[in-house]
Amino acid sequence: MTAADLQKSGNDIRRHVLRAVHRAGAGHIGGVFSAADMLAALYFDILRIDPARPLWEDRDRFILSKGHCGIGLYAVLAMRGYFPIDELSTFDAIDSRLQGHPDMTKLPGLDMSTGSLGQGLSPGVGMAIGARYLCKDFRTWVMLGDGEIQEGQICARLDPVESPAAKWRAFGWHVIECDGHRVADFLSACKEAGEIRGRPSMIVARTVKGKGVSFMEHEYTWHSRPITDADLDRAIQELDAADTASRAGAP
Amino acid sequence: VSALLAQRDVFGDIMIELCRRDSRVVLVDGDLANSTKSDKLASAMPERFFMMGIAEQNLVGVAAGMATVGLKPWVASFAAFIATRDLDQIRVVVAQPNLNVKLAAHYSGLLTGYTGKTHQVVNDLAIMRSLPNMTVIAPCDGVEARAAMLAIDQYSGPVYLRLTRDPTPVISDRERPFEIGRGVFLRRGEDVGFVSTGAQTIRVLAAAEMLAGDGISSTVLHMPTIKPIDADALVEIARTTHHILTCEEHSVLGGLGGAVTEVLSERLPVHIERLGLRDIDGESGPNEALIDKYGLSTADVVRRARALLAAR
Repeated sequence: MTAADLQKSGNDIRRHVLRAVHRAGAGHIGGVFSAADMLAALYFDILRIDPARPLWEDRDRFILSKGHCGIGLYAVLAMRGYFPIDELSTFDAIDSRLQGHPDMTKLPGLDMSTGSLGQGLSPGVGMAIGARYLCKDFRTWVMLGDGEIQEGQICARLDPVESPAAKWRAFGWHVIECDGHRVADFLSACKEAGEIRGRPSMIVARTVKGKGVSFMEHEYTWHSRPITDADLDRAIQELDAADTASRAGAP
Repeated sequence: VSALLAQRDVFGDIMIELCRRDSRVVLVDGDLANSTKSDKLASAMPERFFMMGIAEQNLVGVAAGMATVGLKPWVASFAAFIATRDLDQIRVVVAQPNLNVKLAAHYSGLLTGYTGKTHQVVNDLAIMRSLPNMTVIAPCDGVEARAAMLAIDQYSGPVYLRLTRDPTPVISDRERPFEIGRGVFLRRGEDVGFVSTGAQTIRVLAAAEMLAGDGISSTVLHMPTIKPIDADALVEIARTTHHILTCEEHSVLGGLGGAVTEVLSERLPVHIERLGLRDIDGESGPNEALIDKYGLSTADVVRRARALLAAR
């Protein structure tokens, strides 16, 4: 298909959606129309799929994370031959396979049930990990709405970002980095944060897990565990010695 | 009494066994591998172990995606996080699409190692049991946990496996295979009928032995599967004992006690009382102190059973 043909298919999706929503007396339109041209391009050009074999193991996967735009997906699936075009008229009717939000247990061609916003990206990651694990070359596509990326689960999936400071900067915060073990450094960071007006501040304090006791530093098993009598004595001695040394060094 | 055994140690070992048997089995972890003993698998078969960070909702979604491409994912986390923090994810991308995702819910109930009410969950059975397509299992000890995991591996569909943290005595028969949906009669008698689940069954069995010493006979029906509940076994215990006490390290609302009363009120109404947490959350403390304070000890079970008999 040429780009012009695909553009026309986008409008075919829109026409089907308008008729289905009109008949149902309810349904999402705006978000579907924002997605229609991309759905046409994906389903008529990009995706490696075979409508005759909706469960083909090597097919590309597509997840419509913004599930409220399901009618747009149904339209393009019908246009690709997954089910008869006439069935679009059953949208939202009782017993229909075309649910208000996509239900993968009912309709062929749906790779994931969606509708609760922010949940589509994680299964996409699972499918992609699965493809790699199974040595398959299919690709996984996830369409997200710009609104639903406010959901925490989406950010959870975007990790790991290089540094916490970069992450908070990207969110538009005023970021102050400091040494979380040097009280003077932390105090000046707090002072700076207190002077910032008009946007939130984030102090990113560099710290060492287990700081202050040599055998606990950087040792993750000390996250939570019982302490023996001997370890207790050693730890207290180290802390006492550090205080003594610091007093001796003070002016 | 044999040596103590922890369900989480069994979990780590059996994950390795399942992964060796079937190349499709994988484990998704939320940075709790040393608590859930998933680290055993991480060391033995790192290619089967996926650490997805402290992002429990994401864990469940990733596992759902894996299940759709033919893998057999297990999610390992704390029961409190799985049953409540992940509830919408489990509902929408696991239970509703009926995907083959196994949820290993560690640190269930009150005995969570000095963590307090945020990490204790006392209503997970009620929550999980109410989800269509979900199977809910709570083994009593490490031996039964092993058998349950082998059975769960052979079952296709969402399963919530409720595990307890600390080592307990073993009361299960090592030779008995686990049948999902089947209750187990551990003891038979006529004066009182106990229906119990999870590690609480160990305390109930001890109570039954104490009562027997005083000439009170009892039936102990252990229900390692909360859903689907073994309705026929419940009718049988109701027919032979007439007075039933349900026992669980869980709220009395909607868990085992709820399931038993639902079944028997329709099929064979008898006098039923429920022992468990009375619509209250837990707190930090040593295991013994928690079990005592919240009325779940062997002595509490004995007391409730005597009261039940006195009231007839």
